Amino acid sequence: MSKALSLRDAIAAYVRDGMSIAMGCALESSIPFAASHEIIRQRRKDLTLIGPISDIQFDQLIGAGCVKKIQASWVGNVAAGLGHNFRRAAEHGQPVPLAIEEHSNFTIGLALQAAAMGLPFLPTRSIKGSDIAKESHFARVRCPFSGEELLAVAAIQPDLAIIHVQRADDQGNAHLWGNYGVVREAALAAKKVILTCEELVDHSVIVSDPNRTVIPGFAVTSVVHEPNGSFPSPTQGYARRDDAFYFEYHQATRTVEGFHKWLDKYVFGVKNHREFLELLGPERRAALRPEGELFAPPVSFNY
Amino acid sequence: MTYTRRELMVAAAAREIRDGDIVFVGMRLPLLGFAVAKETHAPGAIGIFENGVIRDWPALHSIFTMSDPANIAGALSCGGLNEVMYLLQSGRVDLGFIGGAEIDRFGNLNTHWVEDQGKRTRLPGSGGAADIAVMARQSIIIMNHERRRFVDKVRYITSPGFGSGGDWRQRHGLSGGGPRRAITSLGIFSFDEDTGEMMLSAKHPGVAADEIEKETGWPLRIAEDLTETAPPSADELHAVRKYDPKGVWTS
Repeated sequence: MSKALSLRDAIAAYVRDGMSIAMGCALESSIPFAASHEIIRQRRKDLTLIGPISDIQFDQLIGAGCVKKIQASWVGNVAAGLGHNFRRAAEHGQPVPLAIEEHSNFTIGLALQAAAMGLPFLPTRSIKGSDIAKESHFARVRCPFSGEELLAVAAIQPDLAIIHVQRADDQGNAHLWGNYGVVREAALAAKKVILTCEELVDHSVIVSDPNRTVIPGFAVTSVVHEPNGSFPSPTQGYARRDDAFYFEYHQATRTVEGFHKWLDKYVFGVKNHREFLELLGPERRAALRPEGELFAPPVSFNY
Repeated sequence: MTYTRRELMVAAAAREIRDGDIVFVGMRLPLLGFAVAKETHAPGAIGIFENGVIRDWPALHSIFTMSDPANIAGALSCGGLNEVMYLLQSGRVDLGFIGGAEIDRFGNLNTHWVEDQGKRTRLPGSGGAADIAVMARQSIIIMNHERRRFVDKVRYITSPGFGSGGDWRQRHGLSGGGPRRAITSLGIFSFDEDTGEMMLSAKHPGVAADEIEKETGWPLRIAEDLTETAPPSADELHAVRKYDPKGVWTS
């Protein structure tokens, strides 16, 4: 049976108040913004967000009042600087108090990897001496062989990971390429996975290139065909980054009122992602498309 | 040839990269520094990005993030975040570039929160900076030199330098060597081998030592053999402008 769903149905079915969700796992690219906008539209709350560098995605969810806790190494606007909503929540509990579990990029990666490996923790040499290491999800451990002191990073098992990929079949077998960030770890750590994809392809396309199958379908709960679903973040081969959108967001969200105007226009003012893309206008959409072609030669799996 | 202060900082960053170095490059000025090093004296250097990308030549196209498509196309290798962090943890990374909102006299960096007249400002956090600061064989700090940023003691150690000084890194079991240099908008600093304290080793042309002291929140040590930062060479400037033709990062 096909796992393909509309984004609205997938979010309605699998995102519950109080859940923990890993997103933005590739770092600054392939961020599933279409999905997070739908989460805001469906007014989910008390979420825990998990991810390394969320760019403006976590900032939007925080400002919209959907989030009670983040487990992240960085929250802000990568090109423009600080995230105003993250600041307001961390400094004044506005719109709701925000618990922050501090991490470095590597400790988020290890926490997810530990869960993906079915382990309670993984040891590391990183963040020793940093104040981050004082947090309660880290503990000193000794190597039983050498006696070296290491830091144990507690596993993080998200209730759900939402991941944007280039292509998938209707069973959720997914091809992705470019930087992986912590996508693979998050997909196998999470209890459920929702994919949004640029292209929904036949199963034969997936098995023609098995090295590119980064997420196996048996780990995936539902698949959503959502072209440009990562806008304004880029998806290799399909969409460029709309840098201006991030700078505009930074300016527009300096005040709470400004953020709500932004939200009313881009999230609540549209029914779905397609309407959102239409709102951007033809010029802005056209500018996203990569110019020309840049193909790698095919490889042979002949035997 | 005239040049900007930022172009000078990029040239200074480039000079820290040796041919064949494996470098965690970061973005903006360090990324340009990597490009200049590749184009001039270090064509064999390798650049590593936290998102899992490894490049043997920088992208010519200007980028705002390390995951921009131009930084992926033509990369030597694309993998995951953990894999490039393994390279750090196993001691393969020679050099990492980091910055911060605050720095103290032992090169500790803070990117978590600052306070001004009782008002607390939350900053984005570590990203990969703490990983680099702890595990790279050596690190280079790049930041603007302002009194509010150069504080006697950082409020939060995001990315440790030499902690409280002396053999602090060894005592706390940090595997990397710590900061080799701090390149600021006013000068270049080295770190005392015994105490780990920052020491002004070169001031940028046109900057007076007392101006640097004024912008530093602790009694600044100045090297006996204080020099002046060499201006960017024609080749260095050519390379900076090749990769930042509109001066997005260096004007």
